[in-house]
Amino acid sequence: MNKAFKNLDEVTIRFAGDSGDGMQLTGMQFTSTTALLGNDLSTLPDFPAEIRAPAGTLFGVSGFQIHFGSTEINTPGDACDVLVAMNPAALKVNLRSLRDGGIIIANSDGFNEKNLKLAGYESNPLEDGSLSRYQLHAVAITKLTHNALDDLGLSNKLVERSKNFFALGMMYWMFTRPLEPTIKWIQDKFKKNPELVEANTRVLKAGYAFGETTEIFAVRYEVKPAPLAPGRYRSVTGNEAIAWGLIAASVKSGLDIFLGSYPITPASDILHELAKHKNFRVKTFQAEDEIAGITSAIGASYGGAIGATTTSGPGMALKAEAMGLAVMLELPLIICDVQRGGPSTGLPTKTEQADLLQALYGRNSEAPIPVIAASTPADCFLTAFEAVRIAIKYMTPVIILSDGYLANGAEPWMIPSVSSLPDIAPKFRTDPKGFQPYMRDERTLARPWAIPGTPGLEHRIGGLEKEHITGNVSYDPENHEFMVRMRQAKVDRIADDIPPALVEGDQKGDLLVVGWGGTYGAIRTAVEDKRREGKSVSHLQLKYINPFQKNVGEILYNFKCVLVPELNLGQLARVLRAKYLVPAVTLSKVQGLPFKAIEIENKIDEILGSTR
Amino acid sequence: MNLVEDILKDAPATPPVKYTAKDFQSDQDVRWCPGCGDYSILAQVQRVMPDLNIPKHRIVFVSGIGCSSRFPYYMESYGFHSIHGRAPAIASGLKIARPDLMVWVATGDGDGLSIGGNHLIHVCRRNVDLKILLFNNEIYGLTKGQYSPTSEVGKVTKSTPYGSIDHPFNPLLVALGAEASFVARTLDRDPKHLQTIIRRAADHKGTAFIEIYQNCNVFNDGAFFKYTEKETKDDNVVFIEHGKPMVFGKERDKGVRLEGFTPTVVSLKDGKYSASDLIVHNEKDTMLSFILARMSSIPDLPRPVGVVYAVERPLYDAEVSKQIQQAIQKQGEGNLEKLLNHGETWAIK
Repeated sequence: MNKAFKNLDEVTIRFAGDSGDGMQLTGMQFTSTTALLGNDLSTLPDFPAEIRAPAGTLFGVSGFQIHFGSTEINTPGDACDVLVAMNPAALKVNLRSLRDGGIIIANSDGFNEKNLKLAGYESNPLEDGSLSRYQLHAVAITKLTHNALDDLGLSNKLVERSKNFFALGMMYWMFTRPLEPTIKWIQDKFKKNPELVEANTRVLKAGYAFGETTEIFAVRYEVKPAPLAPGRYRSVTGNEAIAWGLIAASVKSGLDIFLGSYPITPASDILHELAKHKNFRVKTFQAEDEIAGITSAIGASYGGAIGATTTSGPGMALKAEAMGLAVMLELPLIICDVQRGGPSTGLPTKTEQADLLQALYGRNSEAPIPVIAASTPADCFLTAFEAVRIAIKYMTPVIILSDGYLANGAEPWMIPSVSSLPDIAPKFRTDPKGFQPYMRDERTLARPWAIPGTPGLEHRIGGLEKEHITGNVSYDPENHEFMVRMRQAKVDRIADDIPPALVEGDQKGDLLVVGWGGTYGAIRTAVEDKRREGKSVSHLQLKYINPFQKNVGEILYNFKCVLVPELNLGQLARVLRAKYLVPAVTLSKVQGLPFKAIEIENKIDEILGSTR
Repeated sequence: MNLVEDILKDAPATPPVKYTAKDFQSDQDVRWCPGCGDYSILAQVQRVMPDLNIPKHRIVFVSGIGCSSRFPYYMESYGFHSIHGRAPAIASGLKIARPDLMVWVATGDGDGLSIGGNHLIHVCRRNVDLKILLFNNEIYGLTKGQYSPTSEVGKVTKSTPYGSIDHPFNPLLVALGAEASFVARTLDRDPKHLQTIIRRAADHKGTAFIEIYQNCNVFNDGAFFKYTEKETKDDNVVFIEHGKPMVFGKERDKGVRLEGFTPTVVSLKDGKYSASDLIVHNEKDTMLSFILARMSSIPDLPRPVGVVYAVERPLYDAEVSKQIQQAIQKQGEGNLEKLLNHGETWAIK
């Protein structure tokens, strides 16, 4: 049967089901196949904190959203065009993210009495007409999966586990994607179990054939490749990119990575990734707690490794005292905070940007630490690399801020050539002549890195205040103030060593939207949309938050208004107001979810006045 | 070879000269209270160091917070005075990153068993190759006299004016419970014994835990006098030695014998019992080690002093290095280009 093809510039699909339904896997397979086709894309995994919440419940729904297109894609999409719902709970939780007129593909077999009741439906929405605003396709996915496998003699449980591949096959048909990459993946993943290879492949093909042969779907869609810059690409998540950025810094500096870390969502994948790469001499140490995570890393840095620790908000709080120690010791150290909803345990699997002030100020006394933030999953790579460069050159701890959205989200990444990465050149002190532990490099104000094992440099360091140059314990009032100012001056000086901030859009105008970290994509999309409408609005995304780049003030003063969208109650805005005395306006969102572009666009309209 | 190995490749592996204790005295003025037991511990450590035949640039002392934790400042080696309770974790990171170093930890009963208790037990179970000196004075000295996790029930201090109701830790049992591979007890006021035990710890491969009874003459003077002073020591301490029966007493006329699992004191004078009836100490006997450690909590029994337990098991830091060497052998040295390009990639033209 010939079906009509329709070209689309961009599409957003959300796969939703029980947390045991394999929706994350389905979404990731769709993502890698789509990436291989050359589309630009952005993803948003959205899963519960419970590992296997009771089946059919609203809080057990796991979702995976992918936005892909033939144009530049910067966000996971504001509203979905297609919602795949494996049960009533998945439909109920995700319906609000579907645009009017959007497509619902529902597994009608999942809409039994028990599941409807669990989701709080009085009647079956697939039958009662309540979904008339959407294009509803009810498909008996479970039954069709059974049919495809009935001669294999598999247990019911195994058959049911394959049904996500049926849904995936249908979506591959609908959006004209090849099956081969996923078939290859299945063969690799289940190579020890040929029965599962056969079952999953068959079900995937059955889903594809179902789209092809049934009358249900009148059209299928094509999304042409995006005009990405030429090069070799791969898909990467933020957590992978942090791990690889640290490894790259290890290769480029000749130093080993030591990661001291305690498992915590959503940062654990960095530990998992680094633990795989022992042939890079990476040492990962799963510590007994967050404090041992950072203090073991400090011990390793003292010994001449790149000490790193990864965590999320609650762990950051526990590490605060040790960060102060690292400030006092003036040793390189990487602290990576993958932010999640808080306070306290908060929303472990959801994203937020509310640890900014904690990163900047969350320590006793004057304890300045450079803070840099990654803006996209792929940007996590260079952010980690840059953090190591600064840490080693300035002998200082550096905080990397990522977030749950960046950590688990994926995007296509043009793989950098290793030779394009700058060398990092650690300077270990070896000459005992004239050595003093707290003497300083004139330019960077860094103290020497004098590691144990070096003959003639035996010395003592610690958390007590140090006397300038000698490093002896000192309670002298003037020396204390001098050293407090010295530590601050050293961090401030980094501003001379980082590239200037770049405005996207005009350099002057009515409104500047200033973001930091993971809001990059949503702000970029919103500002570009408004610029196309002729609005005088530009975008500045800050990577360096302590210290700020030197031209930030100048940029701010070139605009009549400054808007700061943040996934917190206005933390960066507070810092900008204090430092630059600009009346920055805050756009807050604290729902555990990233911004939608439309939310930022509405705020831009509100400030500039709608001109349409 | 990484950069660290490269810059240290010519550093001598043995001392360039024959050291004396003086070589291990730093230029810092020692600031413990006059009469403090810490002075003796420092002096004995400095006396043992030259015998180890390890160059001082390869030796690191790491400490936490408290009187004992000032220790690294006074040692002419590498030293790291850190934050409260965290020395075992810092030392673990250092030793794992740099197995070529000899790493010591100086800690106290508050630092090691209260705020840092978690790190202490995990170091022991992992068997990181660290030498831990726990100065036990049963009091908080640096904060001026509060009860500690080893203070006895009923102890009147500034924070327990009506007497402590906390049941104390037995440091040996904590270390044994965490499966430390070397557990010993010694006395600040017995320099010879202290030196022997420090030397044994230095020679041990793995976590070596030493509890040192240390007198705080300002806030808890005489806490251990029963075990350290001439008049009472012989009748209240049994010095244990591997393969030897547990005989004690001024006249060497008493012994410790097991009745069931319960140690009891017997007299060797009346001919009823002889040395062959007594416990023969075996450092490798796990069950016996618990019985000996438990003796501290039973009144009327002498305190065992010496090496309670010493066995060998795999070193954590060495195992980490081994896994790395195996990975390199199997997969080859890490190749960044290959890492970034592994798995699915695609070209855009």
